[in-house]
Amino acid sequence: MSAVAKDLTHSREAVELRPNLYWIGAMDPHLRSFDIILKTANGTTYNSYLVRGSEGVAVIDTVKESFQQEFFSRLEGVADYAEIRYIVLNHLEPDHSGALPELMRRAPQAQLYISVRATSMLKALLKPKQGAFDYTPVRDGDQLSLGDRTLRFLHTPFLHWPDTQCTYLVEEKALFSGDVFGCHYCDNRLFNDKVGDFRFSFDYYYAHIMRPFKKYVLAALKQIEPLPLTLVAPAHGPILRDRPRRYVARYRELSSPGFMAEMTEQERSLIIFYMSAYGSTARMAQAIYGGADEVDGVRVSLYDLEGGEVGPFVDLIEQADAIAFGSPTINGDAVKPIWDLLSSLAVINLSDKVGAAFGSYGWSGEAIRMIEDRLRGLKMRVPEGGMRVKLIPTEEELAECREFGRRIAGALVGEGESKGKVIEFEDL
Amino acid sequence: MPKAKVTFKDIDTTVNVPAGTRVIEVSEKVGSGIIYGCREGDCGTCMMEVLEGWNNLTEPSVLEEKVLKENMAGRHHRLACQCQVLGDLTVKPA
Ligand code: FES
Ligand SMILES: [Fe+2]
Ligand SMILES: [Fe+2]
Repeated sequence: MSAVAKDLTHSREAVELRPNLYWIGAMDPHLRSFDIILKTANGTTYNSYLVRGSEGVAVIDTVKESFQQEFFSRLEGVADYAEIRYIVLNHLEPDHSGALPELMRRAPQAQLYISVRATSMLKALLKPKQGAFDYTPVRDGDQLSLGDRTLRFLHTPFLHWPDTQCTYLVEEKALFSGDVFGCHYCDNRLFNDKVGDFRFSFDYYYAHIMRPFKKYVLAALKQIEPLPLTLVAPAHGPILRDRPRRYVARYRELSSPGFMAEMTEQERSLIIFYMSAYGSTARMAQAIYGGADEVDGVRVSLYDLEGGEVGPFVDLIEQADAIAFGSPTINGDAVKPIWDLLSSLAVINLSDKVGAAFGSYGWSGEAIRMIEDRLRGLKMRVPEGGMRVKLIPTEEELAECREFGRRIAGALVGEGESKGKVIEFEDL
Repeated sequence: MPKAKVTFKDIDTTVNVPAGTRVIEVSEKVGSGIIYGCREGDCGTCMMEVLEGWNNLTEPSVLEEKVLKENMAGRHHRLACQCQVLGDLTVKPA
């Protein structure tokens, strides 16, 4: 039997990653949900690192405030506060900046390095605790010398806040990546080649934290992939020392469309989702589908929400160019399956997509407006006012639905609108 | 009320707005790619580039000046959540 790993939840020692490079973070095994939206089945860790060079010590990231005692104990085991010359924060969210005020108090000589985009957050996060800190904003490629070791900063914004950056320890080929490549997974054995199976947590973290920012993930990967890498040290979860590139490759995979759609580059896609109580909204959906299908260059799909699940539909929406939602108005509201889907879209980026709403109603038709407001709130463009039909659609109304479908599809291939379009503010 | 034309270059769309309208009130509704964070002139997320008519916006406040500086903004960069439209202009996400 292999030796039992040191119980890091109880011990307060630093863990050596390389000579003069230590993990000094904290274990939070009891946490079950993070930031409300994330489940953490076995807790998380707040990873902080200490690097010693011939000319001073740098601390990279801190921990959540309530865990600062654990962090300070580990730090004290490997350095004196007076030796700390630099503190680097890759990300200012409180789970990583919580112990900063106290650390600055104990090491007042230390200079704080944060990304240029973090400066306004610094004030907002720390104002209740202490006056202004002196800090040095860093840009992409800036370097910090520790004598025989060098820290280089990579500007990787929006992963997952505007302020996020990564820090590369050149001589060790080690990347301190902040939340990137992290996951909520708490395991005493700390290293990816020792801990339990954390693949689910890794993918889950990506899906909930990084996925809305795919575009920025791809930009960051462009900078990270060419680096020599023998260690990736994220701010949460296992430290990736065994073949760290696999995790970089996994991010590339997760950020690229998986199952390729059967479409050409030029084709656009429209997906129509609907729920129907008595078949009227379903008939509208069919008519819209028929109309849209007449437009060349647009691939149209039609789904009854009753026959599907939210997760795969979210994946479809992420890849679509336009999405239409059909719901009857029942008790003055759209029906629950529509809201279930619309409330699950925060994990994807919708900002350049077109949205539309339609549905039949009995004596009032509020659902359409509500759906449209939500679509706008999700930053979608809603160029066509929603299509409402009272009770059972007549032949003329179905013809209007076809026309509605044709216009939405047309907008995708640049018919009529978009090119040099002029709109009145009042009509927005 | 005097009107002004705001053109969002990225989506090739122009909106006729009453003078005094903030860009933030328009850009999201038409689907321009300008993105917002704090919406109150603090985070710098909404930085946009003014391609034409940069004199047709209200002068930046002290706060806006500061955030622009912190974000290394160029001469024709402004915060879309802060500046108000006074005359015709063309903008795009920075
Ligand atoms: S959105 Fe934060 S400064 Fe404008
Ligand atoms: Fe974070
Ligand atoms: Fe975090």
